[in-house]
Amino acid sequence: MSGLEFLLAGTLAASLPLLLAALGEMVVEKTGLLNLGLEGMMAIGAAIAFICVYHTGSHVVGFVAAAAVSTLIAMLFAVLVIAVRANEVASGLAIGVLGLGLSALFGKTYESLTIKGLPKIDIPVLSDIPVIGPTVLTQDIVVWLAVIGTFGLWWTLNRTKLGLIIAAVGENAEAARAIGYPVVLIRLAAAAFGGAMCGVAGAYASTVYTPLWADGMIAGRGWIALALVVFGTWQTGRVAFGALLFGILSLGELTAQAIGVGLPSQVLSSLPYLVTILMLVVISRRKSGAF
Amino acid sequence: MKLRLIRRDSASRLAMFTAPVLALVFTCLASLVLFAALGKDAGAALHALLLKPFLSWYSFSEVLLKMAPLLLIAQGLAIGFRANVFNIGAEGQFIVGALCASALPVYFPDGDFPMMLPAMIAFGALGGTVYALIAAALRTRFGASEILVTLMMALIAVQILNYLLLGPWKDPRGFNFPQTVMFPDNALLPILFDGTRTNISLIFSLLASLFAYLMMQHHFRGYQLRTAGLAPRAALYAGFSAPRMVWLGLGLGGLAAGIAGASEVAGPLGQLQRSVTSGYGYAAIIVAYVGGLNPLGIIASSFLISVIYIGGDSATVSARLPVAAVEVFQGLLLFFYLLTFTLIRYRIEFSRKVPA
Amino acid sequence: MSQPALLRLAKVSKRYGTVQANKEIDLEVHSGSIHAVLGENGAGKSTLMKLIYGVEQPDAGHIYWNGQEVHLARPSDAQALGIGMVFQHFSLFETLSVVQNVSLMIPGKPADLAQKISDLGDQFGLSVDPHAMVHRLSVGERQRVEIIRCLLLNPKLLILDEPTSVLPPQSVRRLFETLRKLQAEGMAILFISHKLDEIRELCDTASVLRSGEVTGRVDPREHDARSLAQLMIGREMPNVAHAAPRPPREERLRLNALSHPRASRFGTTLEGIDLKLRSGEIVGIAGISGNGQQELAALISGETRAQEPGMIEIMGKKVGHLGPMARRKLGFAFVPEERLGRGAVPEMSLADNSLLTAHSRNMLSRGFIRRSVERAFTRECIDAFDVRTPGPDAEAGAMSGGNLQKFILGREIMLNPDVMLVSQPTWGVDIGAATAIRRRLLDMRDQGCAILVISEEMDELFEMCSKLHVLHKGHLSSALDAAETSPQEIGRYMIGAAT
Repeated sequence: MSGLEFLLAGTLAASLPLLLAALGEMVVEKTGLLNLGLEGMMAIGAAIAFICVYHTGSHVVGFVAAAAVSTLIAMLFAVLVIAVRANEVASGLAIGVLGLGLSALFGKTYESLTIKGLPKIDIPVLSDIPVIGPTVLTQDIVVWLAVIGTFGLWWTLNRTKLGLIIAAVGENAEAARAIGYPVVLIRLAAAAFGGAMCGVAGAYASTVYTPLWADGMIAGRGWIALALVVFGTWQTGRVAFGALLFGILSLGELTAQAIGVGLPSQVLSSLPYLVTILMLVVISRRKSGAF
Repeated sequence: MKLRLIRRDSASRLAMFTAPVLALVFTCLASLVLFAALGKDAGAALHALLLKPFLSWYSFSEVLLKMAPLLLIAQGLAIGFRANVFNIGAEGQFIVGALCASALPVYFPDGDFPMMLPAMIAFGALGGTVYALIAAALRTRFGASEILVTLMMALIAVQILNYLLLGPWKDPRGFNFPQTVMFPDNALLPILFDGTRTNISLIFSLLASLFAYLMMQHHFRGYQLRTAGLAPRAALYAGFSAPRMVWLGLGLGGLAAGIAGASEVAGPLGQLQRSVTSGYGYAAIIVAYVGGLNPLGIIASSFLISVIYIGGDSATVSARLPVAAVEVFQGLLLFFYLLTFTLIRYRIEFSRKVPA
Repeated sequence: MSQPALLRLAKVSKRYGTVQANKEIDLEVHSGSIHAVLGENGAGKSTLMKLIYGVEQPDAGHIYWNGQEVHLARPSDAQALGIGMVFQHFSLFETLSVVQNVSLMIPGKPADLAQKISDLGDQFGLSVDPHAMVHRLSVGERQRVEIIRCLLLNPKLLILDEPTSVLPPQSVRRLFETLRKLQAEGMAILFISHKLDEIRELCDTASVLRSGEVTGRVDPREHDARSLAQLMIGREMPNVAHAAPRPPREERLRLNALSHPRASRFGTTLEGIDLKLRSGEIVGIAGISGNGQQELAALISGETRAQEPGMIEIMGKKVGHLGPMARRKLGFAFVPEERLGRGAVPEMSLADNSLLTAHSRNMLSRGFIRRSVERAFTRECIDAFDVRTPGPDAEAGAMSGGNLQKFILGREIMLNPDVMLVSQPTWGVDIGAATAIRRRLLDMRDQGCAILVISEEMDELFEMCSKLHVLHKGHLSSALDAAETSPQEIGRYMIGAAT
């Protein structure tokens, strides 16, 4: 497989955890909340999914369980922020730490075990297209669902009344409440959605993309996803685009390490973080300083 | 029955003390359930976590050793947090502080000059400060979120550390372990109590606490920082410079973390090694919040978290608890603290709906 | 009365903590009637409306609709019965279009809704472009959108909360015509207001609220404003002592062709503003909020820096580039329109809130706060300005609007300023406090202070000012002599009909 083919085939899968987590957080932020606990919610999702797949052999069980547990953690955040009006930043950090800790606690005995990933699907006709057929268009089922889901989310946010309601709650919660929308419920639902998406993102990372569990395996991807929401200016398409860029970047890093470019591996490992900072600088310059 | 939060006329002093205690009680209960569910001896685990550290002078001295960096970093962070400057990458500033301090003994392994230790501390302080101020520059100049920038820089700092330990700074006679040479004696902090590892960095931390207390509670600069955090528009109205608050908040956080990092390599580690990334920078965030962002409260909370660290170490043996249990305990503690913290400014009123 | 009232409240009570907001309220509203609920700020009008609209639930009492008892757990319950509400601070979403705003409450295809909006607009004189973005609309247009949105639900009862407080006189005329047409269609209208003349002109019934209780039910057309006011505040209407203004002396504040681009798309660009303010005079800036008032106040106070130093002069010095602290040192003081979060920090004690701007009054010693001086200053402010509070340790956030405003005004006055900017001095303040505040400002003027007042309340401006300007869409009119102009003329400037 050439370097280019490797990139074409792997980008979608590599960007998937970032994409899902970022889209979930985007919806959360659109309703006026800010949940900093993505890293922890992804980690607990990853650990739970791995454990479930290891015992049941079913990815469906793994993904559902991951989504459920991460949603539960997200609900803890919602309780703090919505019910007792706690500081948003501290609350996000609290559940982040909790999620990371629980993932390490539960996952401890599963380190260095292996499970099977998901097969790539050969879709007739599509996979026969030259160059992109066997690469871009041959993906596992989750990737296809995520692609469809991204379009679905775009449609929901931009073309449906639900999207309008979410925008309204985010812009002026007081007014939304006054005209009869259950703001608390909508925010709760958004927080749950964000949690579920992080759970699925973590599940994909630990049971499909690299089917193994290791403490700290999320490696800052939750935080990068958070930055992607800013980068994407809260628009589905731009967030997805940003996630793809990072997918390419992480594969580029792998490729470069494999062929041994003249740079220390630590420089390559730092690249996503450096690019994130750069991205924030460029984007924030145009927008206001608010997070 | 309906629950309603009613704002108090002024923050309740009583609740200020009871909230953290309640949080600790809830955390213990939740941990008991969790540990039991994992099939561990929950009672033994809790005993180890909270009581063991007090049962011998040595383990208590270890608590004080842990407390020094946690207290120092948390005091620095809390100053920023109160001004709504969220430096969550103190871990990175801590590492850079450790790196900068280590540069001296690494390049002058038998450097026999008397100023070695003070110079190391100064280097560490400078490194941590500068590393944090990068985020301040990006925030004030470009509006980039300091939350994300400081965190990304913490992740980068780990890579810098790895690079140095695996490459240029590796001890040539260290059997290929990723660590530097052992530091000479004059690069080590004096021990405070004989027979323990507790060193004078605890004094630094207590001095920093005094400084933070005077500044935040009694000095106009602290008042400005608090105003900026509580009501940014009031700070603007009064004419307190917002960028200056960002520089100050991040700078002091970086300074504290840098000194803590330097003290770590010049203290219990005695060399630069990978275990310097033990998460003090992240734990200090929890210490700061559980201490109510109050300089005096932070002394108490840093002590508590240190107890749990040392207790956690012994629990791995006595109750076969994974090290991660400590992290879970901290997460729960912050969660319950935020939950009970509401009581300080609000009181809960149960209103019974009148059957109409 | 043979037919049951459309809406009837029987002994409805509501308490927030220790505050009894509504106490055993009885109220009857009939179809085809315009019913006023009259009361000053803090009398419990807003709470009552929230109960009727299902935003809050009463602690005790009964609500009947067409004779049937109802429980309104949420606004949608009220809407389902046929109750519509137009809020004082509009519940519109600025980033959405008119149709999108409407579609949040009314089901239907956007194209159909747009048609309905136009139709209703023609029928009741509520014209507005259905596809316009709300943030581009004037205040009057926004109110029309709110009313249209309510009317599309076919309400039998329409509640309007202080609808005229934000409108220029001309738009008030237009609103009244609309309301009379609705009344003719048989709709019941609840009209919440504290403006006596409007109520006497428009309404056929008035319920007067004072301290949460109904103190009178009258036909407002048969009472003069004086007796209504007495019902409303429970005593004679206080008069502001009009001392004869002394001739103004030297110039203390000057704006020279002050222009400033808007900071966001919701802001207003200021263009070529000229203004002179002299010692011993009060100059007023009339106009509806959102026409650049906030931007102008921030530029004068230094919270926003002007583009050139010479655009703003205080005490003869060019200060456009200076921050608020430097301007205060020159003798400038400022009372902002937002009390909580800007004029005062809600979570801090009054003593600590004194420090916010009065730190130069000997409150610091080498940067350390001198608590005794801080407390003494606060205590003096509380006494001198009749701030009702437990003491200097009470938190600002727990105080009523009027008391906090008196505190902030007092704090700024105690700085002995030579020039003062006061923005919306009596917003949300009860009549007693409002009168006290105006009296203080006149005293300051007599002592030689130069005062600039930005206000939406035209009566207030005419009462205090010798000269008036009008701010409309970022342009400031030239100075009008208050003795020679009229509210009608000011109104023409407010809607841009005169320049």
